[in-house]
Amino acid sequence: MSQAQTQPQPTAAAAPARGDTYALIMRYSTLGALVLLIVFNVLFTRNFVSWRVLDVNLTQVAATVIVGVGMTLVIATGGIDLSVGSLMAISGAIAPIIFMNKVFHIGEIHVAVGVAMIGGILLAGAFGWFNGWLITRFRIQPIIATLVLFIAGRGIAQVMTNGDLQPFKLDTFQWVGLGRVFEPQGSALGGFRGIPDQVVIMLILVAAAAWMLKRSVFGRQILAIGGNERAARLAGVPVAQVKRWVYCISGLCAGLAGLVVIAINSSSDANQVGLNAELDAIAAVAVGGTLLSGGRATVVGTLIGALIIQLVRYTMLANGIPDDVAQLAKAALIIAAVWLQSQGRN
Amino acid sequence: MKTKPGSRLRLAHRQTLREAHFDSIGHRKAPRVGTPCQSVLKLMTMNTQAPAPLLLSMRSMNKAFAGIPALSNASLEVGPGEVHALIGQNGAGKSTMIKVLTGYIGRDSGEMIFDGGAFEARSPQDAQRKGISTIYQEINLVPFRSITENICLGRESRRYGLLDWREMHEEARTLLARFKINVDVRKPLLRFNTATQQMVAIARAIGFKAKLVIMDEPTSSLDEREVSVLFDVIRQLKAEGVSVVFVSHKLDELYEVCDRVTIMRDGRTVRVTDMASITKLELVASMLGRDVSQVAKSSTAFGDRHGRIGDVVLEAKNLNAGHKVHDVSFSVRRGEIAGFAGLLGSGRTETARLVFGADAKKTGALSLDGAALEPNEPVDAIRAGIGFTPEDRKAEGIVPDMAVAENLTLALMPQLSKAGIVDEAKQRAVVEKFIKRLGVKCSGPDQKIRELSGGNQQKVLLARWLAMNPKLLILDEPTRGIDVGAKAEIQSLIKELADQGLSVLMISSELEEVLEGSDRVFVLREGKNVAEFSHAEATESAVMTAMAHGESLIHEESAS
Repeated sequence: MSQAQTQPQPTAAAAPARGDTYALIMRYSTLGALVLLIVFNVLFTRNFVSWRVLDVNLTQVAATVIVGVGMTLVIATGGIDLSVGSLMAISGAIAPIIFMNKVFHIGEIHVAVGVAMIGGILLAGAFGWFNGWLITRFRIQPIIATLVLFIAGRGIAQVMTNGDLQPFKLDTFQWVGLGRVFEPQGSALGGFRGIPDQVVIMLILVAAAAWMLKRSVFGRQILAIGGNERAARLAGVPVAQVKRWVYCISGLCAGLAGLVVIAINSSSDANQVGLNAELDAIAAVAVGGTLLSGGRATVVGTLIGALIIQLVRYTMLANGIPDDVAQLAKAALIIAAVWLQSQGRN
Repeated sequence: MKTKPGSRLRLAHRQTLREAHFDSIGHRKAPRVGTPCQSVLKLMTMNTQAPAPLLLSMRSMNKAFAGIPALSNASLEVGPGEVHALIGQNGAGKSTMIKVLTGYIGRDSGEMIFDGGAFEARSPQDAQRKGISTIYQEINLVPFRSITENICLGRESRRYGLLDWREMHEEARTLLARFKINVDVRKPLLRFNTATQQMVAIARAIGFKAKLVIMDEPTSSLDEREVSVLFDVIRQLKAEGVSVVFVSHKLDELYEVCDRVTIMRDGRTVRVTDMASITKLELVASMLGRDVSQVAKSSTAFGDRHGRIGDVVLEAKNLNAGHKVHDVSFSVRRGEIAGFAGLLGSGRTETARLVFGADAKKTGALSLDGAALEPNEPVDAIRAGIGFTPEDRKAEGIVPDMAVAENLTLALMPQLSKAGIVDEAKQRAVVEKFIKRLGVKCSGPDQKIRELSGGNQQKVLLARWLAMNPKLLILDEPTRGIDVGAKAEIQSLIKELADQGLSVLMISSELEEVLEGSDRVFVLREGKNVAEFSHAEATESAVMTAMAHGESLIHEESAS
């Protein structure tokens, strides 16, 4: 590798080094897989090219991607967050309690919903911060530290709701899962019904996180910690502070995703909200090409990864393959992604 | 200590030994290798001076990375029972050669013959099975497992389907006993010092019945005593007919143990000769591709100091931390290079880390420019104006997957950003300025730092601190594992910086570097500050005596 330096190299026309080829494969393999999947479906799946199919698939991934954004940042520092599913349940439990005026009365419904949503997200964020505090203060491994809330978090949500299902029908709140922007008046071209709000939220979040990771000092510090934590500390990166924020952000994302899920379901069930969400998010991150050992991360990749996983499942279901088998395909995808990563690291 | 006549005598003596050894191998040892002499004789090349059949022959080796040749027509030939030095600057092709041989990477073309037959390894494990073991600079063992497990890993003895611990412990003990190492083999490896760990790595290699052991800079993490133990082991291997390829940047060591040397430069083998028939100066000249007269002047690039030394910048009083640092006091003045000398484990690094806030001190006082300094974290020290390049560049210095630019500006982020957003234009200007100023060889600011040679990585790390215009720079082993050319550049850079008024605290295990580079030398031993010398007083014998005995015993030494 170092041999390249003995040769006089023109600084302008940089010759690609060995690692770049791998990076290139990595970057375009996920995108390539997505394109292949779409091409396959256009050719073989009936009625694939329609607004409805796009709508279904995007709506399905939104919650996973929103959680995945936070997960990508956590994994970029070399950590993992198992608690996100439980944090979704917590935020999904507290929000209806507030806007249904179960604890204290807020007359104006818009204010009540606002307080409920912000409260749910912030509470999940606070629990995320607690994860970061456990990890940095006591030097507990992230997988163990977040396991605490993975187990306890769902219990907390159940205690808050007495284990009851909370059904509701409230458009003021449910826009987050059911609302649409650019909704056409009357019948529009090709059955276009507007873009779901949750998809808009997802895209904004992905764009913001991708930009932050690339351009901000915080993003730089996240990647430095994941790439070499000891070196980052010796270069003055406030490692503990950055990590706490990252886990806090992961909690905030989970809180938001929890609201989206209960809005779609028109009810909140502490047992069900966010079940296996952590695994779906980690799978999306892995398939998306983020290095699981940290130091290299792509938020856009996570979006693509989630889309691939969703589309594979959709393709199989649409072509009459049972869901159990579709789960196997998801596993195969993850294996392929991790294998690709290991190829680049020897 | 190292007088010229003495070393010449030793060399002459070694040469006779070597010849005697080859004679005995030619007749007696070759069958052990399992090769009929005649078939091997054919493989001998014309310019090989060794009168013995070859164990390893790599010829016309070619390998290019992304079109850039790393090896061009390189060759390496090693006889049985020979200790063969492989030297060259970083990037000369040594490690590529070794990686190709051990199957770590493939080759583009070339012929490899080992032990009488065509040789091809699919992986380092495969090479190990076929008789070639490699011991890397960083020890690749399992720290939490016992010595026995480390030695026997991959070829455990079994009995009735279970592991036969008694036999394995016995084997580990026997193997280590050959190197006169007597330790409890049931204890986990991490309980032992680096030297012992290295011996375990070697014992493991021998356990695999290696006929060729490749040692890639094995001494870089050892102190002088440990190095001499390692050399005894190498001589032992040699006596048993095992060949060794020895890669090192320390020239003195080569003369001590090696029979022959292959010098590489720019991917080519430029010279193969007997160690005894080449002078140190010629070695360096061959590596650099320069005339002997050009390198004759000084062994380090520090030269004469012209800077004016000013007031005290850093003052450390009675620092204590655990059992590693006891009551260490020292100071560094403006424009001064203060050197820390001492053996491995003497507390030099530990003391420096206290100043930088990387570790916490128990008691003691620090002050910088007269103001009290209480660094709880490195970031506090950095804010106060202290920079620190760590001893282990890979583990603590670079962020390997990040670009040169990002590594260079990591500590400078607060200054190069507005409202948390990196100012790309400003960053680019700083990066380009320092790449140019320090002569960092890279394809551009966006190249990943791990693709750079050690010397260039170190320059980037120096630039990281110089960019913030520090008051004090702490350099822990600034030239370790760096090729001769880059080493000289870094040394003269340090000198230049000090001349311009920067205060430097330099730790080095290379005596020449500390002695020639430092205005003042502090000697540490077992965590205590035992002596202080001015540049003029700091002679090799005085400092070494202090390192060894804890006090200056110059007179006794010269009398005996």
